[in-house]
Amino acid sequence: MSLRADGSFRIRMSLRVRRPPVGFPVESFPVTAPVASSDLRGFVRPGRGAGLVDVFRRRYLLTLLVRKEVQVRYRGSALGWLWSYVKPVTQFVVFFLALGVFLRLNGSIENYPVYLFSGLITINLFSEAFSNGTRSLVDNAALIKKIYLPRELFPVSSTLVAFVNFLPQALVLAVVCLLVGWHPSLLDILAILLGMAIIVTFAVGLSMLFGSVNVSFRDAQNFVELIILVATWVSPVLYQWTMVRDILPDWAMVLYHLNPMTAAVELFHTGFWEPTTDGGAEMPPNLPAFGLAAFGIAALTLILGQFVFRRLESRFAQDL
Amino acid sequence: MPKTSEAAGARAAIVVRGVGKRFLLRHTHSLKETFIAAIRRKTIASTFEALDGVDFTINAGESVALLGFNGSGKSTLLKLISGVYQPDRGEVLTRGRVAGLIEVGAGFHPDLSGRENIYLNAAILGMNQKEIDDRFDEIVAFSEIEKFIDTEVKHYSSGMFLRLAFSVAIHTEVDILLGDEILSVGDEPFQRKCLEKIRELSQRGKTLVVVSHDLNMVADLCERGILIRQGKVAFDGESHEAVRIMREQ
Repeated sequence: MSLRADGSFRIRMSLRVRRPPVGFPVESFPVTAPVASSDLRGFVRPGRGAGLVDVFRRRYLLTLLVRKEVQVRYRGSALGWLWSYVKPVTQFVVFFLALGVFLRLNGSIENYPVYLFSGLITINLFSEAFSNGTRSLVDNAALIKKIYLPRELFPVSSTLVAFVNFLPQALVLAVVCLLVGWHPSLLDILAILLGMAIIVTFAVGLSMLFGSVNVSFRDAQNFVELIILVATWVSPVLYQWTMVRDILPDWAMVLYHLNPMTAAVELFHTGFWEPTTDGGAEMPPNLPAFGLAAFGIAALTLILGQFVFRRLESRFAQDL
Repeated sequence: MPKTSEAAGARAAIVVRGVGKRFLLRHTHSLKETFIAAIRRKTIASTFEALDGVDFTINAGESVALLGFNGSGKSTLLKLISGVYQPDRGEVLTRGRVAGLIEVGAGFHPDLSGRENIYLNAAILGMNQKEIDDRFDEIVAFSEIEKFIDTEVKHYSSGMFLRLAFSVAIHTEVDILLGDEILSVGDEPFQRKCLEKIRELSQRGKTLVVVSHDLNMVADLCERGILIRQGKVAFDGESHEAVRIMREQ
């Protein structure tokens, strides 16, 4: 790792860096004598972790952090977890009335309620993960300033909490789909899973990117709220992609398709909505390749996020 | 000189070499303020040298008190050893598992029960599920709050809270234990019990680095004292001697 190699010698990193190697030979270590590099086996630089890999190593802590967030979230409210249904249902009703009924999309898009809801839960997962992930470092300032932990834990756990919140919504959607004659093929299920993978990867990457900037510049979280506001409208959640194609020039359509969320939403449409229609809808061409490309972009975002996070991480504790 | 330099064959646990830490103090907090300050030719930011060229080695099993007045840089040093801060110059190296009790109860959540908080906090301090399961009863017994273990922590008195937090911290499986004012917890009997526990850990070969303003207590607890003055090591040696020099300042 070139990021941590800034010293004149290298340090052997054992797999579990925080434990001493067993059976290490006892050596003399005078206080005043200069420390030879051979004496430094088994030493680590505190606070230099392996990034996301460390999150995986500390997965027990990760599960506890996620469980804590899930438990605490609606504590003290009478409706409790019902609140996580109230928001998407309200959102759905508002959009359905405005766009489906008043603007008559209900007439032109078959099974519009299913189309709308499968898009909405996609974008809600993304929005919640991204917005909470961006704030996660500031929210956990007390911990970050006192104890060293792999700090990537916080954006990752925020995303997982958003995912836990998403699951009951997906279940509601699945039940509704079954009622209107959903019989998904294996490919449909794969499409849904790929869609989820894109969103989770993309959200973790963006959360690390904006979250680490947010430590020093709280402008980031306001900027993220703006992105989220726009996100609902720049992917085919409320309307169909063909409506965009008919108006936008080709180069702008490329940009539109480069957004990984466009692919994620279309994958959800393919999995949930398309099997409930009579197949007359035009789906984007080459959807599998399109989906995999979007996953690639999300993965690149994750790498960029990790890179920026590590560059800024050394200042977290003092800037928070 | 500290005892450790005599003991041939001792293994270093913490190496601090030429460590410098500088803090940037921003005097402006927005673009507008920065702009105005720049026009008026006021300083936008200044730096503060918290540590400047600190060198020492602590061997495994040693107990060391970091001494110094407020703002001398001892807490910064402790945070560098725990990995919370990164040095600007020099390097800090540690060997073995480090647990920083920089502040007891930092990872506690008021809405969770005592039981849930034990698991969460012990995991934050680096323990895995099995280790926590094994020590759970011991942790509860030490804190003496068995009756309230399933009550939410927000209903605890401050004393009960500190007892539980300290108990978790002291029972973590570590090689190097760092503590900042950790010994000022609870009432006198509990403090005495904590001290005994820390002595016991020290005797079992754990490395101990503590910061406290209770000079007599840390001098008795630790064999070695490192006096920090204005970010530099002013004295490094026997702890009572270090306290004496500090008081003469």
